[in-house]
Amino acid sequence: MDYNLIVPYIPNLRRYARALVGDRDGADDLVQDTLERAVRKFHLWRPGDLRAWLFSIMHNVFVNQLKARKISSEVDIDEASIAAPIPGATTLDVADVQRALARIAPEQREVLLLIALEDMTYADVSRALGIPIGTVMSRLSRGRERLRRVMDGEPATTPLRIVQ
Amino acid sequence: MTEDEDRVANADQNALLRRRFDPVLTEPIPARMYLQPPLWIDHARAAAWVVLGIAIGLMVPYLGLFSSQAPAVAVAAPLPVRAARAHLVYTPEVRHPVEVDAKEKDHLVKWLSKRLDRPLKVPALGNDGFELLGGRLLPGNDGPVAQFMYQDASGKRLTLYVTQRHKGDELTAFRFAREGGVQVFYWIDDDCGYALTGEIDKPTLNRIASSVYKQLER
Repeated sequence: MDYNLIVPYIPNLRRYARALVGDRDGADDLVQDTLERAVRKFHLWRPGDLRAWLFSIMHNVFVNQLKARKISSEVDIDEASIAAPIPGATTLDVADVQRALARIAPEQREVLLLIALEDMTYADVSRALGIPIGTVMSRLSRGRERLRRVMDGEPATTPLRIVQ
Repeated sequence: MTEDEDRVANADQNALLRRRFDPVLTEPIPARMYLQPPLWIDHARAAAWVVLGIAIGLMVPYLGLFSSQAPAVAVAAPLPVRAARAHLVYTPEVRHPVEVDAKEKDHLVKWLSKRLDRPLKVPALGNDGFELLGGRLLPGNDGPVAQFMYQDASGKRLTLYVTQRHKGDELTAFRFAREGGVQVFYWIDDDCGYALTGEIDKPTLNRIASSVYKQLER
C-alpha cells in the first residue's frame, strides 16, 4: 500500500479533529489512531473517495474514544492553540467558537464541521458517518441552531458535560 | 428567519469556523504521523513466498523436475538490499550516526564481536581518505548485524555492513549492486557476509572495497 496517498489528507484530518475534540493533543491522538487504523485497513479500501473513507475511519475511532471516555465531551480550551488574531475576527470570537462547539452534541458537531470545514455534500457526510441523508440534514440544522444560540450568549443552562 | 437570512447566517457560521480552524492546515505535521508502511505487508509477502516455496516443493516430485533441489523458500531481502537500507537510514544522521564512537574503538570491536559471536576486524581506510566514525548494532534476519561507518574530510560517508552467513546464503565472490541510489560491493565468505555501501563513484568504491576485502581476509 502506498501511504503517500494518505499523507495529503493529514492537514484536513487534523483541522477537523482539532475542531471536534478541542485540544491539540487529544486531536492529534485521534488523527494518529485514524492513520494507524487506515494503514491496517488499507486493503479494504476500494479506489473511490479516499477522503470520505478516511473521515469515516476517524468517525469510528472518535465514537470508540467517546465510548471509552478517552475524550470527554467537555472540551478543554487549549489557550495555547488559539491562533493569533486574524483580521476580521476578534480573538474573543475564535476562542468563543471553540468553547461553543464543546456545547454541541458530538453527533451534531461532526455533521456541522464536515460541512463547514470540509465543504462536504450531504451525500459525502452520509457516507463518512454512515447515517441517512435525512439524519445529516436534521443534525446539521440542530447543530447550526445550537451553535448560533450559544454564540449569542445563551446561558449554559444545560450541563457542560454531555453524558453519552 | 427567511431563507436568505438563513443562508447568510450559515455562511457566516462556516466562515467563523474556518477562520478559527484553518490555521491548523498549515501547522507542521508531527513526525509521528509519517507512518512506516505496515509490517503486515512484509509479513504477507514473506508468507506468500513461503507458501509458494512449499507449493513448488510439494509439486517437484510429481513433476519429476529438479528433483535434486530443495524446495524454493525465498524470504529474506538479499544482503546488498539490507546493507543499502541500513546505509540510507543511518548515514544522514547528524547527531547520532553511530552508537559507539570511534574514540572507543576497542570497546566497539569487542562488543560487536561478542554480539555476532565471532572476532570482527575493522579495516583501516585512511589511505583512501576515510576515517572510522564508529559503529552500531542492527537487527538482521536471524541475528545481530554490525554496521561500521566511515567519513572522509568532505563529510562523505561509507558503511560496512557485517552479518553472519545465513543458512541459505550462497558463497559469493566480489559483487556489485545498485540499490536505492547507493552503490554496494558485497561478498559472502564461509563465515560472514560483508557489504560496503556508499554514494561515491564506482571505481573509487571498488578500490576501497578491495582494500576492505584484503584486510578482512588476511
